[in-house]
Amino acid sequence: MNAKAPRRTPLFDAHIAANAKMTEFAGWAMPIRYGSQIEEHHAVRARAGVFDVSHMTVVDFRGAGTTAFLRHVLANDAARLQVPGQALYSALLNAAGGIIDDVIAYRRDGGYRVVSNAATRDRVIAWYATHAERFDTALVERDDVAMIAVQGPEAVALFAQATGLAQVVELKRFHALDVRDGWMIARTGYTGEDGVEAMLPARDAPGLWRELVFAGIRPAGLGARDTLRLEAGLNLYGQDMDETTTPLESNLAWTVAFEPAERDFIGRAALHAQRASGVGNKLTGVALKDRGVMRQGMKVITNAGDGEVRSGIFSPTLGYSIGLARVPRAATGEVGILVRGRERRGRIVRPPFVANRK
Amino acid sequence: MTDTPTDTKYADTHEWARLDDDDNVVVGVSDYAQEQLGDVVYVELPEVDQQVDAGAEAGVVESVKAASDIYAPVSGTVVAINKSLEDTPELVNRDPYGDGWFFAIKPDASDELADLMEAGEYTEFCEASEVGE
Repeated sequence: MNAKAPRRTPLFDAHIAANAKMTEFAGWAMPIRYGSQIEEHHAVRARAGVFDVSHMTVVDFRGAGTTAFLRHVLANDAARLQVPGQALYSALLNAAGGIIDDVIAYRRDGGYRVVSNAATRDRVIAWYATHAERFDTALVERDDVAMIAVQGPEAVALFAQATGLAQVVELKRFHALDVRDGWMIARTGYTGEDGVEAMLPARDAPGLWRELVFAGIRPAGLGARDTLRLEAGLNLYGQDMDETTTPLESNLAWTVAFEPAERDFIGRAALHAQRASGVGNKLTGVALKDRGVMRQGMKVITNAGDGEVRSGIFSPTLGYSIGLARVPRAATGEVGILVRGRERRGRIVRPPFVANRK
Repeated sequence: MTDTPTDTKYADTHEWARLDDDDNVVVGVSDYAQEQLGDVVYVELPEVDQQVDAGAEAGVVESVKAASDIYAPVSGTVVAINKSLEDTPELVNRDPYGDGWFFAIKPDASDELADLMEAGEYTEFCEASEVGE
């Protein structure tokens, strides 16, 4: 573990004042929950919740060669971002096709912003730096930027009302808007709900947080964020995928742009080879029929061989345990899951488990 | 601050044990324990008439965070279980010393309760484990 004191986001004092239960996550002091994690989860599904996600890594790129650079390092094709304001989800691959991280790239006037995970920060920045050398691009780590996610069916309306940013209501899904000084609002998230992710100067973050909470949006911690993303069938980096797994075995084949064939992106050759020799495993959803909760590392017994739970939770929306498991590609139907030494009955299901998005 | 009633004894595995009017030992988990566990989603209880041994596993409490064994604080025979936990496990969080009780034991010997901690001692025990975290 990191022996240093964990880093604090600009909202640390707000979390302490709200009596949050804090945890260390990827070297950051983060709120795991404020009260009941399940109530926070339900608040997001029913109305709106607000999350501090300032631990995420925000990097801005400038330079005439940035599009070419991103088309080389990202498995998805940055050329799909044709105008400022568009966003793209992509994996960042190593030469073997293993996933270094998953990112969202936003095209902006005069450059790009790429948001990646907290846990992979050093690895990702070093990877960018190594591969940027051949391109006319310069990167800036935006440690001065905070990030607040507002998620839920009423999130956009409440956010627009609280901030006076009425234009956010018209913002399309997976698009972003540069609004006031240094504020960028994206219609993105990690819960399966509608909502926004606001990136703004760190000094403005406590004020925005106060306004959002005053508007009736419930603070939600990393615990609820995890159950919401898993119900939505969204992978968590480091758990559901890492450098030893490719997008083809992580339910992310749809994010790899093999066309146009002449685009030379890192990992392409390895993915072609894997496709040719046959992808052995897949990441899929598992629902538990019996009582109990699936947890990471539990064995999954299928009709095609054994697999393993990568993420497992009790789903507050469904009332039973769900998970993502890496299993043999041919596995289908009923499975057994070894929960604390006892075999429990489950079945393979295609994520998302909960689809609330209109 | 967590609630630690003084009419109750405590095990170092965070169960509470209280003698009821019929001289049975009622068992649950402490407020400190439920706070550490987070929202409880399942509880597995022993069977009525089951023999349990002091310090041995007698049930499981599963929260959003983890599964934890529940240990019998005294040896004896299970005489009652809290069936409402099956449908409303959140009672453990809401009322750990009342409606969130787990089971009751008819103890083999009355003196085993004396081996458990008093409230003050238990509070110090919890504070010490906080520091160690």
